[in-house]
Amino acid sequence: MLTITVLAIAVVAAAGFWLGYGPMRRMELLQEPGARTERLHSRPVYHGLFIAAWVGIPSLLLVVLWLMMQGSVLDWLLLNSLPADELARLSDDQKQVLLNEIRTLAQGNQLPGEPAAYVLEAAERLNRWRITAGWAMFVSALSLALAGMALARRRISRFFRARQAVERVMDGIMLACAGVAVFTTVGIIISLLFEALRFFAKVPVTEFLFGLRWEPQIAMRADQVAGSGAFGMIPVFTGTLLISAIALAISVPIGLLSAIYLVEYSSSRFRAFVKPLLEFLAGIPTVVYGFFAVLTVAPALKAFGEAIGLPVAPNSALAAGSVMGIMLIPFISSLSDDALAAVPMALREGSIGLGATKAETIRRVLVPAALPGIMAGVLLAASRAIGETMIVVMAAGIIATLTLNPFEAVTTVTVQIVSLLIGDTAFDNPKTLAAFALGLVLFLVTLGLNVLSMHIVKKYREQYD
Amino acid sequence: MHHDWNSPQQLARLRRRHAANRRMKWIGLAAIGLAAGALALLVISLVATGWPAFTQTRITLQFDLDPKLVKPDDMRKGSWRKIIKTALLKEVGPVKSRKDRRKILKIISRGAAYELRDHVMKHPDLVGRTITYAVLAADPFDQFYKGVIPEYIGEGEKRFFNPRLGSPVVVAAFRKLIDKGLVSAPFNWGLFFNADSRLPEQAGLAGAIVGSFLTLLVCFLISFPAGIAAAIYLEEFAPKNRFTDFIEVNINNLAAVPSVVFGLLGLALFLGWFGMPRSAPLVGGLVLSLMTLPTIIIATRSALKAVPPSIREAALGIGASHHQMVLHHVLPVAMPGILTGAIIGMARALGETAPLLLIGMNAFIPDISNMGILDPATALPTQIYSWADSPERGFVSRTSAAILVLLGFLLVMNAAAIWLRQKYSKKV
Amino acid sequence: MSTEPNATGMKPLEAAEAEEAMREVLAGEGVADAASELAPGVPEPETLAEGQMEGDPAVAEPACNQDCKIITRHVNVFYGDKQAIFDVSLDIPDRAVMALIGPSGCGKSTFLRCLNRMNDIIDICRVEGDIRLEGVDIYSGEIDPVLLRARVGMVFQKPNPFPKSIYENVAYGPRIHGLAKDRTELDEIVETSLRKAALWDEVKDRLHAPGTGLSGGQQQRLCIARAIATRPEVILMDEPASALDPIATARIEELIDELKQNYCIVIVTHSMQQAARVSDRTAFFHLGRLVEEGPTEQVFTNPREKRTQDYITGRFG
Repeated sequence: MLTITVLAIAVVAAAGFWLGYGPMRRMELLQEPGARTERLHSRPVYHGLFIAAWVGIPSLLLVVLWLMMQGSVLDWLLLNSLPADELARLSDDQKQVLLNEIRTLAQGNQLPGEPAAYVLEAAERLNRWRITAGWAMFVSALSLALAGMALARRRISRFFRARQAVERVMDGIMLACAGVAVFTTVGIIISLLFEALRFFAKVPVTEFLFGLRWEPQIAMRADQVAGSGAFGMIPVFTGTLLISAIALAISVPIGLLSAIYLVEYSSSRFRAFVKPLLEFLAGIPTVVYGFFAVLTVAPALKAFGEAIGLPVAPNSALAAGSVMGIMLIPFISSLSDDALAAVPMALREGSIGLGATKAETIRRVLVPAALPGIMAGVLLAASRAIGETMIVVMAAGIIATLTLNPFEAVTTVTVQIVSLLIGDTAFDNPKTLAAFALGLVLFLVTLGLNVLSMHIVKKYREQYD
Repeated sequence: MHHDWNSPQQLARLRRRHAANRRMKWIGLAAIGLAAGALALLVISLVATGWPAFTQTRITLQFDLDPKLVKPDDMRKGSWRKIIKTALLKEVGPVKSRKDRRKILKIISRGAAYELRDHVMKHPDLVGRTITYAVLAADPFDQFYKGVIPEYIGEGEKRFFNPRLGSPVVVAAFRKLIDKGLVSAPFNWGLFFNADSRLPEQAGLAGAIVGSFLTLLVCFLISFPAGIAAAIYLEEFAPKNRFTDFIEVNINNLAAVPSVVFGLLGLALFLGWFGMPRSAPLVGGLVLSLMTLPTIIIATRSALKAVPPSIREAALGIGASHHQMVLHHVLPVAMPGILTGAIIGMARALGETAPLLLIGMNAFIPDISNMGILDPATALPTQIYSWADSPERGFVSRTSAAILVLLGFLLVMNAAAIWLRQKYSKKV
Repeated sequence: MSTEPNATGMKPLEAAEAEEAMREVLAGEGVADAASELAPGVPEPETLAEGQMEGDPAVAEPACNQDCKIITRHVNVFYGDKQAIFDVSLDIPDRAVMALIGPSGCGKSTFLRCLNRMNDIIDICRVEGDIRLEGVDIYSGEIDPVLLRARVGMVFQKPNPFPKSIYENVAYGPRIHGLAKDRTELDEIVETSLRKAALWDEVKDRLHAPGTGLSGGQQQRLCIARAIATRPEVILMDEPASALDPIATARIEELIDELKQNYCIVIVTHSMQQAARVSDRTAFFHLGRLVEEGPTEQVFTNPREKRTQDYITGRFG
């Protein structure tokens, strides 16, 4: 139905275009060259586009809105259509489960066990409604399109400033596209806040922020009161910080030193060779790093630990952290590279002119001068490390242990988010909602780091401009 | 009054200073060496584990397609296992113990029956004849034949038979097949054209590749036009005020938001509130397009900035409106730069895993005949994740191979971007 | 050489005390006056041509009798394939100011940067010829470039204090070269250098404030103090006042006049007036070639070469 509707709108829009273009084109061909007063204000193509825009834009917006709303509206109708006595027995969570069952049945899939008659009925009703809704969407979108065409057609004339009108429409579209970034941010904040608040209705905020135990799997059992002390994020956050710290401890020195070498020492040919190498390292998807950690690094560390008599967990924080460190090297390196290159040549010359060696110039002048830029890069890298998901999902642990020992397995915020949400999830148990609460914390922490980093960069730029 | 620069202390100090300079240089070089070494280790370990998956062990046998067993009316009901068993035992020779016979049958993949069935269903005229066909070997024997796993594990007294290979009788039978020249390892086309499977020897990437393609298509169709439109607005038309500043801060910040948060957004917004289907490439593409948008906007803006003002002036000079100037003159000149940015953005989107995991795009898709943007699907990176999580030994190799395929795609995309950039920079 | 009576004739300390008075004088009469004073001295083109014919080119006064600090012979400089300096031979006297003038792009800065091997940090730059500091070839390897740059200090066009405190800026050179045994000695060097650069009184109460917080003129004097602190014998100045306002320029010129009692100073300037005001000898560069060199007065009033004359008159005309 969706395809048919969109196609129908496209056909009407094309018809609208010709309705605008055709007459105006004929008029244009008839007009005397040089007769200024008789001329069309705008070229025919703008008249065509004007009608097409009036046809396409409102009706497509309607379709999008319709698609957004249809699911929720149908759910609501469906719930209300169910026998009241059956509903009364169900909690909110169970209602959701029931809805899921009806949807599954409606798709023609089987359910384990024999569903109740009213459920089967509901599934049939849902299918009928869906078809009706599809037709309703088709009819309303098409009538809107035709109405738009009729309205726009009446404005077309020789004197109509079609170009300006079309350009205003374009401005609107472009502004809306630019606004998508804002809507995304707002969407992130609202969706995280909304679900997190639902979580905090079940688990106190203080419990979440300061609790020392994180055992979401236990709280999942039906007979247990949700969140009885098992949703404390401290060990999860400590694990995140531990792994991030390891990653930074590896990537910052290596990245910074390689940037120093590339900017200050290397020949341009060597630079031209190494830069793409680092870019390649930066372009590797994190799932690949994750597998590399599991496949190579973790076993190697474990074997090394065994050789020197040190117990190393197979999914130790060190393994995940060091691979994350490798991932961050090109990131740090390229940001430090930018920061060092931004230090004015005059400072280099000033130092060299006083008889300083390159190393002295770097250590005493360039690095201090570039420090804000380097710090901003490190902050961004920290934000990345904290938000990095696949490496830790594959290589770090899932049990939240409160430890700072890098040879033990720890878990991270992102690991918990993924493991809580993977597989089929209903939206109302604390387990699922906890993931959103963690997501909110993650978003706020990385947002803080990013904003701080941007602020430093801005100040730093002002210093040298 | 002048300092004695040639005093022994000064000269010693000078030597130390130069040594420190050399040390700094070497440390820097060592840092680059470490980074390059890590990259080399990564590539080597992936290639070393992944390359065996590019060939697939097959066993060539003579199958007697007896109509009684094939059941030509409905071949789905045919006794294909029996046909395979007969064919295998014919080559291995008589085996007395029934237990051993059953074990020996495990040399052949469980998927071989379906493979053979599909082959015969495609060519019904074969029924009643004896055909030569190379069937899949089971994963342990595939690995054994390629030398990935040994017959015996451990050293000295702790040396024991590898249990994954069944028993020495089976290995002896397999050796016999090898000696007869019936075992071969041709290029594994199945890796690219098979759907996913629980059996490593049968699992392929076709579903993941199609899924990734659909997802990227949705992502491109949304983020490319929207990104260009947004960038044009911000660069060419936007008044300088607080609102546009706010948009800009948002764009810069979105570029640094962890990808898993976008997954949460997709889960809550698209699946939870809008009720879109789970695991669908449409949702995956939507989420990825929100992530790619900042990249494309930033790339487009810098491409627009790089257009020489002379072109703008020329266009305005002949009476074009601001919109016409941008659309007809500035945008075409900036296009290669925009495309470069878009390709890089798409390459990044192709490797994104976490957001797809959260919206369930790691579905198990054993059948790829019916894949649309609203059907459950998987993508290359999520397929890698699923395979990496599978316990079967054969999947280790498949995972590495899948990664090599993914890296191959990324390499091609990046090469295209570099090629475009170079072509473009030569022209201007 | 440099026997000219010094304009101020004061020790640095006195100079610092007299600073306020001097500023008034300079502010009042201004640099423009200095220029106009000079202008009558510039002969009409006709006179010049005459003088040139009458003058004996060979009589050009030798740059150094006994006291030549730097001797350059047949210096050629290349940037990649392009030659920037052609066969320049120039003698630079000690305890005097040598001004290098010429239109922009004439190679005067490039030549200056050869004198302490600053061109080394430019990859594609190649220097040929003989440059001797007190008889030692500075490109031969007998002198380490690091030490050379301590002996031949440099002040740049734009003041470039390090983003450190005033004290640390001046202490930078002595620290890296190990010129002070302890903190007291370092304090002493910093103070002396700042005094010599006529900056001490202005900054003595805020030695630990950032050097970048000073005014442009103060920053440039800080850079001079920074160069002095390594106890150089030669100070190269690459258009040291071009980024400064007239008052700050006057202060710098005053300072140069004072410093030449102890140092060999080579200054590149695009301002004819400045060359005339501060230098004892002037070398005119054009298109990478040394056109003419001689006592400043002679070069300005009675140039031997037509090109010099055109340049100078063109500027003043």
